Amino acid sequence: MNSFFSTNLPKFEQILVAIAAFFAILMVVFYLAGKANGRKQRPIAILVLLGPAMVLLTAGLIVPAIQTILFSFKDANSIKFIGLHNYTWLIQNPDMQKVFVNTLLWIIITPFVTTALGLFLAIMLDRMKRESVAKSLLFMPMAISFVGASVIWKFVYDFAVPSKPQTGLLSAIVRAFGFKPSNWILTQPLNTFLLMIIFIWVQTGFAMVILSAAIKAVPADIVEASALDGAFGWKLFRNITFPMVRSTTIVVFATMLVTSLKLFDIVRTMTGGNFGTSVISNEMYAEVFVRFDQGRGSALAVILFVFVTPILVYNIRNLRRERSIA
Amino acid sequence: MSISKKGLLATVGVASLSLLATFVTTVAPADAAINCNKIIGPGYAQLKGKTVTMFTSILDPELSKYQKALASFTTCTGIKVKMEGSNQFEALLPVRVKGGNAPDIAIIPQPGLLAQMVATGKAVPAPAQTLKNVNKYWSPGWKGYGSVNGKFYASPNSANMKSLVWYSPKQFAKAGYTVPTTWTGMMALADKMAAAKQTAFCGGIGSGGATGWPATDWLEEVVVRQFGGQVYADWISHKIKFSDPKILAAMKTVEGWMLNSKYVGDVKAIATTTFQAAGLGIPAGSCMMLQQASFYAAQYPAGTDVSKNGDVWAFYLPGINTSVKTPVEGGGEFFAAFSKRPEVQELQNYLSTPQWAINRIATAGSGGGWLSANSGVPLSAYKNPLDQLSAKYLADKNSTFVFDASDAMPAAVGAGTEWTQLTSWFADGKSSADVAKAIDDSWPAQ
Repeated sequence: MNSFFSTNLPKFEQILVAIAAFFAILMVVFYLAGKANGRKQRPIAILVLLGPAMVLLTAGLIVPAIQTILFSFKDANSIKFIGLHNYTWLIQNPDMQKVFVNTLLWIIITPFVTTALGLFLAIMLDRMKRESVAKSLLFMPMAISFVGASVIWKFVYDFAVPSKPQTGLLSAIVRAFGFKPSNWILTQPLNTFLLMIIFIWVQTGFAMVILSAAIKAVPADIVEASALDGAFGWKLFRNITFPMVRSTTIVVFATMLVTSLKLFDIVRTMTGGNFGTSVISNEMYAEVFVRFDQGRGSALAVILFVFVTPILVYNIRNLRRERSIA
Repeated sequence: MSISKKGLLATVGVASLSLLATFVTTVAPADAAINCNKIIGPGYAQLKGKTVTMFTSILDPELSKYQKALASFTTCTGIKVKMEGSNQFEALLPVRVKGGNAPDIAIIPQPGLLAQMVATGKAVPAPAQTLKNVNKYWSPGWKGYGSVNGKFYASPNSANMKSLVWYSPKQFAKAGYTVPTTWTGMMALADKMAAAKQTAFCGGIGSGGATGWPATDWLEEVVVRQFGGQVYADWISHKIKFSDPKILAAMKTVEGWMLNSKYVGDVKAIATTTFQAAGLGIPAGSCMMLQQASFYAAQYPAGTDVSKNGDVWAFYLPGINTSVKTPVEGGGEFFAAFSKRPEVQELQNYLSTPQWAINRIATAGSGGGWLSANSGVPLSAYKNPLDQLSAKYLADKNSTFVFDASDAMPAAVGAGTEWTQLTSWFADGKSSADVAKAIDDSWPAQ
């Protein structure tokens, strides 16, 4: 302990000095900006207030993004330009093609299932007895990280040689019904779907809570009026409830889509990307930090970025439209 | 309030003073008349007031054991040794060396990093006496890993051993098996076990993001055993490809060993079994033998009798080709110097003697865990019997010592396709020719 403080004390001093200097400079800037008046007041105020955010955004987002795009055209050590070589490798390598197929499966299946299941549960649980208990239970997996959830599900999918006692829950269930358990995590393409179940288990609670809040926000008089007009059950849902929670559903769906596109933890923890389950972000990490190939890793990052962009644009447009209506 | 605070302060003051007192006594023994000739060896000059800095990836509590082991050197020569450990060692060392802030000595754990340091032009070749000691006490393989382009730079520090097979002496005694000393003997024993409906070999290559690494070790052990150190070195530098008939032949041997369902039961299950769990069934006899490094002893729960006649013990993985003498795969660290000052060279000389290794082993205590490949160290210096077993092969002057090949290959292969392809060799039944081709294709262009 003693040596920790004695060796690190100069560092703490430096940190304190740096923070003090930062505040001193800010004070001076604000003071000078406050002095300005007349025609210059407005542009200076904009500059002072937006400036720091712009600088941070440039340093933390724009510059790295441009750098990543540049790196994707360079070799493993980011020294020589090698043109589109990284991209052609990504497209031609059979293992990589499998990675793209897996990522597509993830972004098609998981957001849809999670949102649909969340909506279904939200409606079913609405005005149920002890609604909050059921909801809390469903929401609980959300409090567990993907890594933690994966470790739990590892025990579910665990497999032992048939002659030995089965330790995995799934194997035990299958056996109880008289079937032969198989090595689940190795069975392609079943294993990718088994990993998706973990995602759905964690995220459905989140979707349900958001959608449930939206359903509760539907004015009671509208529901009553439609009930007088004879709309119950499916009819009520189709014509009244769903249109009223439509925009929330889209937001939930888009969030799930982006999360599944960036998905990394589950694959990393469950299989390490082996057995044909890898996805783009796992390969991106492995290329840069395990195989030390900055070029290929950056190319994968760019592809991921290209995938995410249309979803973000759609989301922002949706938000804007709603704001203009409100 | 204020009184009790004062009282507390006073006690703290006294306590820290007494701590300081004990600290001083351990560093400089009151009895200064220790026999220096006996403890650190003869022929060291007195260089009072000089200091040597040492930089390492070794951290506490190991680091303080080094300092304790070096105390007698300081007492006898007057040279102080200042050690600094960092978990960012591999990233910081190149920065410090290039920035003109190199330590006097760095403890380097990979031959690749040593070559990188020599390439900067700042590393200095080892002094004549150190070279003499290394020639006298270490096998040529070890000297080779401390040399760059034929010039000797760094003497070995500690060593670790991978070429072991874990088994249960109690289970062996019950079934009347004896420990095999040849590869064919090991396979004949496995046949016997298979005939007795036992699983001869345990296996597990699961390791999260690093899944597959134990399989690379199995292949490496076979390559060095079948073809020797030169082919092994050429394989690392890709002069010999994975699709070379020699490597394919080694893969065939592995197929007859760890991918042989007669010996291992379910081959695919090896891919989903973690390497930690692989050999846990050995004491109970659910599988009989596991090839894994010396550190595997730590996987057994407390209360397991790890000893020659106990629940688990290890034997040396026997050789295949008799012209390859005592093949041993392992790892180690090396002392590289960046200064020619006399006190630095004197310390380098000392660090290459058996006396240093004996002093360092003594500070490890009964638990052991610190090994030297110095053949001048008597096996009786080791208090831990497992250390004795490993040291016997590591310090064999005629041994064919090799470093882990996958660590020395480019990361795209050694931490990339070799892991994933060998995993798919086990998991998907991919043919060895396809596995070799995929690895060769991924080899980075020069």
